[in-house]
Amino acid sequence: MVFLGLERIEVETLGDARSIVKKKKLVSMGFNIESVKLNDVYTIESDLDGAELLDCVKLLHNPVSQKAVLAKPIAPKSFDWCIEIGFLPGVTDNVGNTVSEIIRDFFNARGKTVSARVFYSQEIFLKGKLDEAQIKKISESMANPLIQRIQVKNKKIFLQEKGMDVIAPKVRLGQLPAIKEIDLSASDEELAKIGKFGILEKIGENGSEIRSGPLALDLDSMKTIKFFFEKLGRKPTDIELESIAQTWSEHCKHTIFAAELDEIKNGIFEECIKKATEIIRQKKGKKDFCVSVFADNSGAIRFGEEWLVTDKVETHNSPSALDPFGGAITGIVGVNRDAIGFGKAAKPVVNRYGFCFADPKSIKSLYKGKNKTGKMLSPEKIMLGVIEGVNAGGNCSGIPTPQGFMYFDERYEGKPLVFVGTIGLIPAKINEKNSHEKEAKPGNAIVMVGNRVGLDGIHGATFSSEALSSGSPATAVQIGDPITQKKLSDAIVKEARGLELFESITDNGAGGLSCSVAEMARESNGCIVELEKVPLKYSGMQPWQIWVSESQERMTLAVPKEKIEKFLGLMEKRGVEASIIGEFTGVGNCVVKSNGTTIMDIGLEFLHNGLPKKKLSAKTMPQNFSEPVFEEPNLASTLKEMLSRLNICSKEFVSAQYDYEVQGGSVLKPLQGKGMVNAEASAVKPVLDSEFCLGISQAVFPSYGDIDAYWMAACAIDSAIKNLVAIGAKPENIALLDNFCWCSSNEPERLWQLKKAAQACFDFAVAFETPFISGKDSMFNDFKGFDENNNPIKISVPPTLLISSLAQIENAENCVSLDAKFAGDLVFVLGETKNELGASEYYAHAGKKLAGKRFVGKNVPKVDSETAKKLYSALNMAIESRLVAGCLPIELGGIGIAIAKTCIAGELGAEIDVAKILGEKMRSDFVLFSESQSRFIVTINPANKAEFEKILKKQGCVFSEIGKIIFEKNLVINAIDSKQVLLPLEELKEAYKKTLRDY
Amino acid sequence: MVKALVLTGYGINCEEETAFAFKKAGAEAEIVHINDLIENPSKLKEFRIFAFPGGFSYGDDTGSGNALASKIKSNIWNAMLEFIENENLVIGICNGFQVMANLGLVPGFKKNYGERKIALMHNDTARYECRWVQLKNFSKKCVFTKGIDTIRLPVAHGEGKFFAKKPVLEKLNRHEQIVFRYVLEECALANKKFPYNPNGALEDIAGICDETGRIFGLMSHPERNILFTQQDNWTMQKEILLRQGKELPKESAGMQIFRNAVEFFKK
Repeated sequence: MVFLGLERIEVETLGDARSIVKKKKLVSMGFNIESVKLNDVYTIESDLDGAELLDCVKLLHNPVSQKAVLAKPIAPKSFDWCIEIGFLPGVTDNVGNTVSEIIRDFFNARGKTVSARVFYSQEIFLKGKLDEAQIKKISESMANPLIQRIQVKNKKIFLQEKGMDVIAPKVRLGQLPAIKEIDLSASDEELAKIGKFGILEKIGENGSEIRSGPLALDLDSMKTIKFFFEKLGRKPTDIELESIAQTWSEHCKHTIFAAELDEIKNGIFEECIKKATEIIRQKKGKKDFCVSVFADNSGAIRFGEEWLVTDKVETHNSPSALDPFGGAITGIVGVNRDAIGFGKAAKPVVNRYGFCFADPKSIKSLYKGKNKTGKMLSPEKIMLGVIEGVNAGGNCSGIPTPQGFMYFDERYEGKPLVFVGTIGLIPAKINEKNSHEKEAKPGNAIVMVGNRVGLDGIHGATFSSEALSSGSPATAVQIGDPITQKKLSDAIVKEARGLELFESITDNGAGGLSCSVAEMARESNGCIVELEKVPLKYSGMQPWQIWVSESQERMTLAVPKEKIEKFLGLMEKRGVEASIIGEFTGVGNCVVKSNGTTIMDIGLEFLHNGLPKKKLSAKTMPQNFSEPVFEEPNLASTLKEMLSRLNICSKEFVSAQYDYEVQGGSVLKPLQGKGMVNAEASAVKPVLDSEFCLGISQAVFPSYGDIDAYWMAACAIDSAIKNLVAIGAKPENIALLDNFCWCSSNEPERLWQLKKAAQACFDFAVAFETPFISGKDSMFNDFKGFDENNNPIKISVPPTLLISSLAQIENAENCVSLDAKFAGDLVFVLGETKNELGASEYYAHAGKKLAGKRFVGKNVPKVDSETAKKLYSALNMAIESRLVAGCLPIELGGIGIAIAKTCIAGELGAEIDVAKILGEKMRSDFVLFSESQSRFIVTINPANKAEFEKILKKQGCVFSEIGKIIFEKNLVINAIDSKQVLLPLEELKEAYKKTLRDY
Repeated sequence: MVKALVLTGYGINCEEETAFAFKKAGAEAEIVHINDLIENPSKLKEFRIFAFPGGFSYGDDTGSGNALASKIKSNIWNAMLEFIENENLVIGICNGFQVMANLGLVPGFKKNYGERKIALMHNDTARYECRWVQLKNFSKKCVFTKGIDTIRLPVAHGEGKFFAKKPVLEKLNRHEQIVFRYVLEECALANKKFPYNPNGALEDIAGICDETGRIFGLMSHPERNILFTQQDNWTMQKEILLRQGKELPKESAGMQIFRNAVEFFKK
């Protein structure tokens, strides 16, 4: 065996902005810090000699701005503490992996094959009056103990020991691979335990049972499995049980959406979502634009004559609660694979996001365990980590992120919601064959491409703290590796696809190979996998672990035998690892072998359709809502306070850190107008030399569900449509996606809310003729733990339905942005303003101010689809006739907020009369902040007035001219009591931008 | 037809729109994977223009552009030098500029290519910034920017803060190698003011060329401003034009940079 040495290379960067920003952050947290200095550290385990290591030093820094030293610390002259943060064993170390590759490449080009493995860490030197407790706090604020190691030395020890320790966090697994047979002839109690906590591995020292981790199989399912194997006359193996658990999981089979729910016999997916789409497609007839719905990794619609666009929105909530960066980056990079895994592989062309967080300024602490153990991350840390994760994933992959939202509610404190979506583009036909059709055939090789398999992501979010002791990997958390995936994506989409080197492709997501291979095996009707052929990150994994591991950046393909050589050759040339791991068969079962021994053999019929169907029943929730009573406050200060609310204020710091321009297709940007206001919808052109573009938007109204989940869903659908109409999309071109993020879905009251929301999905999708093309659900977003005073606490997210929308727009030049364009332009409100402030931002604000607690109210906004449809088609006609200069859908905060945004974006003032707004007679604050649906603020060139009004009148729309844009930089509001309110634009802008600016 | 090679691989991600821009400008553009070039460096002889597109080569690990520069230097450096000697054009955009800085293709004083003289460091915000900026041209020498006085282009990077030591900076100024600087809307120097200077670049430097003016690197993305509807203010321009009764143009300002490159070989 070759002796491998271990050395550190430390790199110092002069005037490093990262150090300066870190210092600012620590000072703002209240620490007495004089200076912060950050070094990059590469720990190299290699067979390199001294001179060669010096070559590495040269490779790893730019002498213009950096200094690098081998085997010696580069400490600043003056410091008090040094903190080093590196990864725990088994956590994806992207920088380390890149450096290993650079070093190997460098010596390879010089004719020498070397062995080198690199581990990345950062040293942070701090100068300042800090005691040990403070240092502990600081280091905890910088690292996540689930994935990172922290080492702290004071200056004295640092100098004594000549720097920080040389540490190579390698995974060492002691066990030998073995297959266990599981005895299911046990009692119901033991069966339930196996289903809930996993297979018994051993009895711990204190007599406690150590189990393999939850299978999430209920007793009914366990019994079904028991009978199945009794009939076969044998016991199941651990891999068989794990495999069934993965395939039958809520995540894969959507058991709640498939269950019988009261009178909905075939489940809400079949009867509310899928059926709506079927009815709409029939109604649309020749104008049906759906191509592949609810069948593949993404849904697809036609885009022009020659293309399809695919869309999919996923959630990554639990992982993001534990490791916000890792959870979010694997979320976004993972949903990219839903595009790559669509049909014959679509190219990801747009990313979008939606984050639901608690107030980042909240300082309450939550604990998973009793006595302040298992502290949860703070809302601020979760928010910043999630934002950064999507930043790293999207930006590194070269996929634009032109659209997204952030929504805040204290009930997201236990669990944030992290929505991530990817739109893909694929030619409708590839070499004259339909690109959305794919079929693995018997005899095709099963090929896994991309990353290697490790223990990361086994059993999702259910690891125990033992799993994180030194020498053992963090199994449940993962960090995405966008560059590995980018190489894979380019090689598949841009090269292998056109050469027709594969018959079928799918993503390795939840359940890893156990799901991807078993899913594709349905196409050919069988498979044989040889597990020893799966490339691993380290040795010592159990066969079942290899089979279910969710290690990221992997796809599974079906490659015809005659093309395998060419396929593997292409992958090698593009630096993508590809391995044949078995063969698709046509004999009806899923067989897994390990070194020649069959360890799994289950019929596909049982594997996919064997799970018992659930029967659920819902129960109405008590309803006693009333409208709050309070005095009308000062309008000027209230409008400003409203603009500063978390759900209304500028999210510029997020929008501007996501590259929305890459691929060159940007048409309407996330920030619009000179004043950069966050838009509700964006437009992109995925095919540069076409006139066509794609409008995209999202809508979510969790607070409305507190009054009525039916109208919550209806409003989300209406808004997702309205937002696209506002930029120029034809209502009849719009398609929708649904994401249900529910809580406590075993409680009949929550199921009642679910049923109501699903029924609204059916009613309004059908009414608007906007089909659902894809959807996803996540049913248990609850946190159970303890508060600071050791009281047990359960925090459930408010039932949240995200509706995402997309539509092809035939001529990109017809798109309209939201900003006011010219002084003198007329301001119109389209739609009717009603007394609908129930669960509004305004009531929440007033309640918080007057009673210390949000007012909910009763009059939740409702949707009148027939009226809305007429308005939408009239507005669309006006936009296509180029009569509209600016258009903003009226969303949270109502007309008051919408007109303020119009002015801030255009850097122009406006004068409006509240009395001219049509609708129910109400006091001015209610008129201005009502959240009635299906309304717009439109600004037009006065020369277009007659024509514009004619179009709206012809459709019988409710609309009124309420004022005009003015050159003076003030928003002037003439209230109903004829009092005039004057708000300088600068103050509005400050109010809108200040809340989250310092992040 | 002039042929432009647009490099790809290992996380480069702006190759398609860069090739599209060259095609629109009248060149024949071919996207070539770095490994194919390593396998056959003489392929470079077919081309007159070499483009290092934007992207995230090697995920920016060890400093943006460093790893890809190392791969190029180890494998095709001589072919690259030969390409330059033959009076061809090279452009590096964003991550491409970062690669060129690490390769020492710019500033290339006295045609001495290969030595690192400049660095593109972490933005002052220590964060990725995607924004539109105003640039002013200060060079008569640079082939790519002929006829451009000011131009609005987007930036999108985490490491774009231009840095060089004093003597290098002086030389760059003296030899008219500073091409673009970040300016305020009214075209006065940004003087490091955020967000006009989006990264804190020294002397507001946004792009430089070599002594010949044929090798050009910039942090902003000209390929993202070649169509009318790509501009950040096109909906405003559209309203102005409509009210003047004028047609909407199809192209926008960034085209000039690609057209200049193609025109260079027509003389």
